[in-house]
Amino acid sequence: MDMAASLTHDHIIQGPPPPIDPGWGGGGGSGGSGGRGADRRAAFTGLFVGLAACTMAFAALSSAFVVRRGLSDMNDWVSIGKPPILFVNTAILLLSSILLDYSRRALKAGNRGRFNFWWTAATVLGVLFLTGQAFAWYQLKQAGVFISTNPSSSFFYVFTAAHALHVLGGVSALIYVDVQALRLRLGPSRRTAIDIWAVFWHFLDGLWIYLMILFYVWG
Amino acid sequence: MDSPAEHSAHHAPQGFIWKYVFSFDHKVIGIQYYFLGLFSVFVGMSLSLLMRFHMVNPAVAVPWFAKLWPTAAAGGLMTPELYLSLMTMHGTIMVFFVLTTVPQSGFGNYFLPIQIGAEDMAFPVLNMMSFWTTFLALIVMIAAFFVQGGAPLSGWTAYPPLSGAGPLTGPGEGMGQNLWILSIAIFCGASLMGAINFIATTVDLRCKGMTLMRMPLTCWTWLVTAILGLLGFAVLLAAGVLLLLDRVAGTSFFLPTGMFINDHIIANHKGGSPLLWQHLFWFFGHPEVYIAILPGMGVTSQLLSVFSRKPVFGYKAMVYAILSIGFLGFLVWGHHMFMSGMNPYSAMAFSIMTMCIGVPSAIKTFNWIGTLWGGKIHFDTAMLFALGFVSLFVTGGVSGIFLGQPALDLYFHDTYFVVGHFHMIMGVAAIFGMFAGTFYWFPKMFGKMMNETLGKIHFYCTFIGVYCIFTPMHYVGIAGNPRRYSDFTNVAYLAKLIPVHQFMTYAAFFTAGVQVIFLVNLFWSMWKGAKAPMNPWNATTLEWAIPSPPPFDNFGGVHPVVYRGAYEYSVPDAAADFIMQNDPPKVAAAGD
Repeated sequence: MDMAASLTHDHIIQGPPPPIDPGWGGGGGSGGSGGRGADRRAAFTGLFVGLAACTMAFAALSSAFVVRRGLSDMNDWVSIGKPPILFVNTAILLLSSILLDYSRRALKAGNRGRFNFWWTAATVLGVLFLTGQAFAWYQLKQAGVFISTNPSSSFFYVFTAAHALHVLGGVSALIYVDVQALRLRLGPSRRTAIDIWAVFWHFLDGLWIYLMILFYVWG
Repeated sequence: MDSPAEHSAHHAPQGFIWKYVFSFDHKVIGIQYYFLGLFSVFVGMSLSLLMRFHMVNPAVAVPWFAKLWPTAAAGGLMTPELYLSLMTMHGTIMVFFVLTTVPQSGFGNYFLPIQIGAEDMAFPVLNMMSFWTTFLALIVMIAAFFVQGGAPLSGWTAYPPLSGAGPLTGPGEGMGQNLWILSIAIFCGASLMGAINFIATTVDLRCKGMTLMRMPLTCWTWLVTAILGLLGFAVLLAAGVLLLLDRVAGTSFFLPTGMFINDHIIANHKGGSPLLWQHLFWFFGHPEVYIAILPGMGVTSQLLSVFSRKPVFGYKAMVYAILSIGFLGFLVWGHHMFMSGMNPYSAMAFSIMTMCIGVPSAIKTFNWIGTLWGGKIHFDTAMLFALGFVSLFVTGGVSGIFLGQPALDLYFHDTYFVVGHFHMIMGVAAIFGMFAGTFYWFPKMFGKMMNETLGKIHFYCTFIGVYCIFTPMHYVGIAGNPRRYSDFTNVAYLAKLIPVHQFMTYAAFFTAGVQVIFLVNLFWSMWKGAKAPMNPWNATTLEWAIPSPPPFDNFGGVHPVVYRGAYEYSVPDAAADFIMQNDPPKVAAAGD
């Protein structure tokens, strides 16, 4: 909850700050203020709860990976050659995360123009990442490596596709925020959306690095 | 995720569609879930009646069976495969669309926000999407009946290789099984959306003064259930995707080498592990049991207190028991797999953890009895069902202690003992929790009272009926009667048990028949019931401080403030024998 609370207070100086409810549990409640602070807190709680669900799903896939990899009696696991473009994609995704934070800092400093620029750039990089992933699949296909080729390729496709689906959701959200920003419609609730989706994007970033380690160390 | 800010100007929607169909209102969504569950429970129950009929009359040709299933019941005689598909769909529909849906998504949606003093769930749009996604999952599941080959055969647990190897393994294992997996995956998505909503709402939208330790126990159970759903359904979703890929994309996650099915050698799958599915499935599957039963425990705790006019005995112990049941629920999945050839040391570890769950369960039971002890008990129908819940929970729980021991489970596992056990504790006890909730909250939901006489007739018939169905199952199980078999009339050593099976079948038809009383009571009361006052049970929680049915934003624009816990009954020297949670202290000052 500390993390959520610090995020709650960050990054907004324009406009009146949302009134923050003091009480988590305690004597809390939104009182008569229309529940603005409670809404922002609820959005962050929802985010972290959602991330817990994502983590569980990928943990389940990882444990399946570990078990399947460890079944040595049949020895049918043949590590596939991973397309080198994955490293480029990783760099692109990392860069987009960094730019997203630049843009949030710009907004914090009140510079909406720079916010729009960096956010748009991060969004474009997100789309570029997805394109790069599609290209990686294409390369695998050209090399004759399909999902059913062997367990290594099965897990590679499953993990990358599951991650890409999440990234697709993230990119859609980034585009939504971007459109709102370009139309100068960043009200308080959309400020919440900015922070929510930025955190989600960083999560996808971390998740991807974890997957890269999994692929290259053990895949 | 929709921003919760969008709904802060909470205006009642206009027009039928937005008011009753795609409503964002948690109360409408709760009722939608309730009726989805009600529909499903009658579908599931009908399937069980067909199975029970077939089991004792396997050679009796029923003409309309042939009309319904021209190939699977040609000449009116059910094939074993058809029996298995009925069993699969009975289990699946009951577990997912009744036990998971009604106690949590139905009552929880309706009453969680009101009981914690919020005007709606945290994410109303997500809430609406969650219901309609569940609805879609139900449609896809039901559709499995109507595709070529019919519904799948692999049980609600869908163990591979049967569930993964495709049409070769039997009718229903083609498109039917695909639809089954797809439906479950959709349902997982819906449950995750619901869980996010429940947790965020409970954590962040409690009104002023509603500390965690002042929440009604119902809210605690909804919260813990949501956490279990969140962690469990995410895993089931991942496992379901892998199973579907084994079926449609030629992968071998769960399909082993050297399968020989229906005179065919399977060469295109190798190296997978059926046990991997069992682990992933039961990691979800065991918490699922608590998803079904915890809300019933919450309702029971609430009702025992209200109708014996006493505070819940050991409120804090109840909260910690709920939390530890939730926590331990994730550490015991292996006790469903003692038969899988697991290492005996693993089995022992799972067995010990399983026994540990007995402790918080016993604490809860002890506290329920402590709550009743010396109380002024009012035997309203809602209370009868809550008492029935306690009875069934204990009966079903005790047989669980047998099954939790590997040495005994090896014998019992594939017998009717298990069927009796889980129907008692997970099926019927949870259903009694739903009946209790229905009779208790109906006045608030529909503004009318239900008929008590019909309610009591329904209760006694159902209570006796379910014991008549499921108690003998334990005995036939001990006698070695295997489960999942469609016909054992020709098995010599089971011949003496056939009359017992006939008795259970009669009891099942009787119990199903008396549910008509409930339906009549429900719909008759909705139209013609006596008008319900604001607080017909003299209860203390916030839903009884607002009109029946509640206005659109629950509290009519007022932000409630809570001053005390949820169980202030029979407070010495107080003006009445209960003090509402939102009564200001000066009202109770005389008693302080």
